[in-house]
Amino acid sequence: MSNVRVLVGTRKGAFILTSDGKREKWDVSGPHFAGWEIYHLKGSPADPNRLYASQTSGWFGQVIQRSDDGGKTWFQPGTPAGETTTPDGMPKGESNKFVYDDSPETGKPLTTHQFYDGTAKPWVFKRVWHIEPSLDDPNTVYAGVEDAALFKSTNGGQTWAELPGLRGHGTGAQWQPGAGGMCLHSIILDGERIFVAISAAGAFRSDDSGATWKPINKGLHSQYIPDPNAEVGHCVHHIAKHPSNSNVLFMQKHWDVMRSDDAGDSWQEISGNLPTDFGFVIDVHTHEPETIYVVPIKSDGEHYPPDGKLRVYRSRSGGNEWEALTKGLPQEKCYVNVLRDAMAVDTLDSCGVYFGTTGGQVYASADSGDTWAPIVRDLPAVLSVEVQTLS
Amino acid sequence: MIRTVSVAMPAHLRTLAGVSGDVTVELDGDVTRRSILDALETQYPMLRGTIREHVSGERRPFLRFFACGEDITHKSPDDPLPEEIASGAEPFYVIGAIAGG
Repeated sequence: MSNVRVLVGTRKGAFILTSDGKREKWDVSGPHFAGWEIYHLKGSPADPNRLYASQTSGWFGQVIQRSDDGGKTWFQPGTPAGETTTPDGMPKGESNKFVYDDSPETGKPLTTHQFYDGTAKPWVFKRVWHIEPSLDDPNTVYAGVEDAALFKSTNGGQTWAELPGLRGHGTGAQWQPGAGGMCLHSIILDGERIFVAISAAGAFRSDDSGATWKPINKGLHSQYIPDPNAEVGHCVHHIAKHPSNSNVLFMQKHWDVMRSDDAGDSWQEISGNLPTDFGFVIDVHTHEPETIYVVPIKSDGEHYPPDGKLRVYRSRSGGNEWEALTKGLPQEKCYVNVLRDAMAVDTLDSCGVYFGTTGGQVYASADSGDTWAPIVRDLPAVLSVEVQTLS
Repeated sequence: MIRTVSVAMPAHLRTLAGVSGDVTVELDGDVTRRSILDALETQYPMLRGTIREHVSGERRPFLRFFACGEDITHKSPDDPLPEEIASGAEPFYVIGAIAGG
């Protein structure tokens, strides 16, 4: 029987939740990296025991952690456990070093973006928001960072190099931070095609493995920016795609739930009958490419569910028609948020759906969202949730 | 002359470095803030970037440095430190800002 491993990043450490395929009884390990913010951790599809984690701190900066045994032990990839020097003499802090490529040869000398007030600010690395391991190589992994850029490692996270074509494609100087910072938070790998999303710049696509990029924001309408239909400047909160459906994307924008049927070349709103179309997460059912999930949040000024009722909304028609999923979720006095990377689906026959809240609960559904139960109730605020299905 | 200097670090940095309590570093030459931090990062490379930024080499904003009860954060990193620090009698302190939550 298959097992599942849920990887949870929180404000005060990482937790690993494991269960068999029934998903009823859970073992909880952690906190790993106690006291540190774990923005994201994710396993390699090519080697499920290879995990990567982004460990950050306002005091001490960025640390990349790696596990080769499914999260039992961890080490900094540039600093193998128990060694004082690497055999090749590599400076061990290199795995935590993210340096923007502004060289004329490989990048472009792009050095500023817009600040909240429209003034130009230099790019300054702050943290890794999202880690996306390659689909077929455990040693290849991408990192989305703040200030927004995409980095890649091909040696298991030991060293990182920017894919400078993204910042340098032409609109970078117009990007600006959202309230959470100017972060690259979504990375979708699909052969030579890569999709990313940045708050508050928008969505971007590369068709050549990250060498060149273009904005894909046509159809997005954001009333809170000077030109609501601008090429860039939209506060995209998250994007998702079904693995088998390369041209169909779903997006939770600051306001509006959107879909694209042409790989992002154009977008249409699918908010339909949602009680509010503000929110952060969006995800797609493993076996049903037209079944999608969102968690509506009241507004940009009130980051909690409407009416104090925590409801996942599911559409089985690719959007517009939504049903509230409430069984097992608190339906009164609930004022948590569900952040953008805090929902995931497993690949078991009966699709499991998982999400974490800022109140420290991680909820699981083993029946595609029909019923829910908390795995844990009292973790620190949850920043991210990923799940691995293990054979 | 080789000097053995003691360094006191915040708990999270001790965890990263895999040590408990204060650590010692050996210096051959002037004992300054820069030479101590250079030696610390050489001995514990996983600390590179955690006290001083990787690229700029600047102090991370929530950290300060103390020697013999004096805040030397804003003094030159190349100023000689007191003999009590150079002799190892007093530790060189890396202090994290206090924050709630």
